[in-house]
Order: sequence, then structure tokens, then C-alpha cells
Amino acid sequence: MTNKYLIFLGCAVPYRVLSYEISSRKVLAKLGIELVEMPEFNCCGLPFDPVSHETMLILAAKNLALAEQEGLNILTLCPGCAGTLKKVNKMLNDDPSLREQINSHLKEAGLEFKGSVETKHILQLLREDVGFDKIKASVVKPLTNLKVAEHNGCHVLRPKKYFDYDDPEDPQTLKRLIEATGATCLDYMDETECCGAPSVGVSDKIALQLARDKLSHIKMVNAQALITVCPFCHIMYDTNELRIEKTFNEVYGIPILHYPQLLGLAMGLTPEELAFGDLRVKAQNIIQQLTQGANKCE
Amino acid sequence: MSEVTEKSAQKGKEQPIKASEFDSTFKYELQKISGSENILKCFQCGTCTSDCPVARYSDSYRPRTLIHMAQLGLRDRVLNSDTLWLCAACFTCTDRCPQGVEVASVIRVFRNLAAEKNCIPQVFMDQAQSLLETGYAYKIPELRINKRESLGLPPLPKGNPENVKKTLKGVKFFQNIQKPEGEKLSDQ
Repeated sequence: MTNKYLIFLGCAVPYRVLSYEISSRKVLAKLGIELVEMPEFNCCGLPFDPVSHETMLILAAKNLALAEQEGLNILTLCPGCAGTLKKVNKMLNDDPSLREQINSHLKEAGLEFKGSVETKHILQLLREDVGFDKIKASVVKPLTNLKVAEHNGCHVLRPKKYFDYDDPEDPQTLKRLIEATGATCLDYMDETECCGAPSVGVSDKIALQLARDKLSHIKMVNAQALITVCPFCHIMYDTNELRIEKTFNEVYGIPILHYPQLLGLAMGLTPEELAFGDLRVKAQNIIQQLTQGANKCE
Repeated sequence: MSEVTEKSAQKGKEQPIKASEFDSTFKYELQKISGSENILKCFQCGTCTSDCPVARYSDSYRPRTLIHMAQLGLRDRVLNSDTLWLCAACFTCTDRCPQGVEVASVIRVFRNLAAEKNCIPQVFMDQAQSLLETGYAYKIPELRINKRESLGLPPLPKGNPENVKKTLKGVKFFQNIQKPEGEKLSDQ
């Protein structure tokens, strides 16, 4: 087990989802994972892949080269960043001529990609480096009676040739992590489907329809919350839930929690410490249920 | 290009295809580009389209059709098609294609070729501008960066846009993007 990681924040988390960063740092500290800050970083490259594959390769390789100087493996909270850094690391390691081409660009900034660091998304780190047993052992207030649903997000596991820790067609990692907190993770229709976030700005109509589909399937199984591990999925559901309710004249009222927020509650951290106040769809009902449940036990 | 609507996505489709539009070299060009090497392996089974979440809600986005058009050599129709930009890059098609075509990567190659002609949605231009100015894909407001300290978070590492620009020297896409002052990245 490795317990020291270079944290790569990416752009979306510090821009719009500080609650994810705050709760992740708190939970990882409790699990004994030491985080070292990147000395500098730039966009991972993913947003530029559609318009310029070469730009994506250069930006990702630049980040990897910066991490190599620190001699530490990378942890990301964003699946897009993790997927991109993993993929480019493999592509450049497998193809010497591509590596040479990209390194000629990095040289302009005095950098060189050597291919010596590994990147993990927080989900992979929790599964492989911490382990389900240790997470279970960290729980002091089991979330018994809480029924939630999970949304992995596409880039956590796709395309599958770059990931080997879970099956994208039937992912289990997040489910088992949720169950480790004592909560029940419900199955629902089309669980592995896209949230729609990448279509925002290109076609908001399609993006909202995709998110609505997911929310309605989650509501059908009476999940009390949806658990995400991606800043974009979180924005898509949490920020847009009200808009979706208005657009389609429906009511969901499903709070969207980052997995570290859920785990943090089970570890005994307070909703304030876990930045629950930042959520657009408030999670009062859950908090109330958990506090009442705890009182009953006492 | 503004937001893609069903109307804009249908543009041109009603026009009959002329024999002069077929460019039989297009598919061989695609075979040489990283990401679309396997385009000729597509046998039109339609797994990509039937599993595509976007295709479910769009009357126009059909990955199988785009690949078929490219195989036939309809270069301009493919590259000028608004529907290209609807792909959400969820990679379901890539994972499920029985022929290993890497459909999402083929769509990405089409987009890259379209972008060389500057035919791209505004959202990508905004991100490119932000990258050149800050090193990040978004212009993160100062207020939010400064707020980190009061929230007990470490300072945000610098984006170092100067170094980003240095490494992007010679990249076609950025040569085509004008900076607000009117100077080009390639001029530096």
C-alpha cells in the first residue's frame, strides 16, 4: 500500500465543487493517506481532445512530467483527469515515436516525460490502497437504514482498456464502498449510463434529458440520495436538479452527495466539516434521520 | 458555432448526394490517423448507435451513419455536420463495438479535422482562451481562489500559462485561435 500521493485537482473541482475537495481531504487524512500539493499544474488535457488530440497529449504529458519531478504517484478526484493521465501515460510508454514528438514540445518548457508515475482516481485508491476492510473499520456511526443509489460516471471505468480494477458493465467498487459505510446501495435501471454533463453547452436539451432519465430511475427505487465520485456528474445532477424539475414538471428532491461526504458522516465527521452547506439540493432529511437514529441507539 | 439544435443538425441532410461528393481517399487518410485506424473494420452492425445515450434523445446523431458516410467518402458532409459535436464521449460505443473500431475515437478524429477548419462550438473556444490565459480550462474567479484559505484548503497551484503556451508552440489548433489582442500564439 502506498500512502503518499501527489494530489492533482484539475480545473472543475477548484472552480465549482469545493465540497468534493474539502470532504475528500478530510476523509483521506483519517484513512492515513498523505497528500502532497502539485507545485504547479495545468488542465489535464481532456477538454481539448475533441478539438486537438495533440493538445490533449501535450497538456497531459506536461502534468505527468511535473509529477515525475516530485517522484510521487498522482491522485485525482476527477475521473476525467485520472482517465486522461492514465491513458496518455500508457500511450507514450507504448509508442516511442509519439513520446519523442510530445517530448519535443515539453522541452520548450524545460520538461521531459519519462513515464514513471501512476495515476489513480480516488475510487481506485480507496479500493486498492486503503481497502474495503480498513474503510469498514474507520466507520464509527454506521449509516444503517439509509438507502442510496450510486452513479459511477463514465470516465471512472471507460474505455475499459485503460482500467483493470473493475468492470464498466457491472461496476462494484462504489457499491462496496457505500456498503462499507453501513448504508444500502440500491440497484436501478441504466445505472452505468452517462449523466449528460459533456453535452452541456453543445446541446443543453439532450444533457438535461439524460440527467432526468437517471433521476427518474433513481426515484423509482426510492433512493434517499445519489452518490457520485465526479465533479461533472455532481454539477450535472446537483446544480441542475431544480432546472430539470421545472423543465419536466416533476419533483425529485434527491440530494446528490460526493462519496467522501457519505463516508465522512459514517466516520463521525459533521455535515459542516464535510461542506454539506454547499449542496444545492439540501440533505436535511438524511442528516435528520441519521441524528435521530443515533439518538435512539443511545 | 452556437448550440446544436435538431434543426441545425439536420442542415444539409435533405440535399441529395451528388457523385462528385464522394472522395474515395478519405477512408485511407483516416486509416493513417491515430484513433481512426480501424474505421474500415466497421461492418455497420449498429451496436454503437443502439447503445448511444445521446442517440436516444437526438433525431440526428448516429455514430454508425457518420462512420458509414466516412467510409463512402462523404468528407464534407461528415466534417460540416453539427451532429459530430453531440457525442458525450462516454465511450460506451468504444467498449461494446464487436469489431474494435474505437467509435468514440473515430468521432474525435472527425471533430479534430472539423476543428482545423475552425468549425467548432463556442464552448471549446472559451476553454482554449482560458487555457492560454490561466493554464486551466476555466477562468476560476479570484474570489474563489482566495476563499480556499478560509475554508482550510491549501493554495491552488499555479497554472503557469506561459509554460503552457511554450509547449503548445506549433500546434495547429492554437495557431488558428486569435488572442483577444489580435496576436497569435505562433507569433511569440
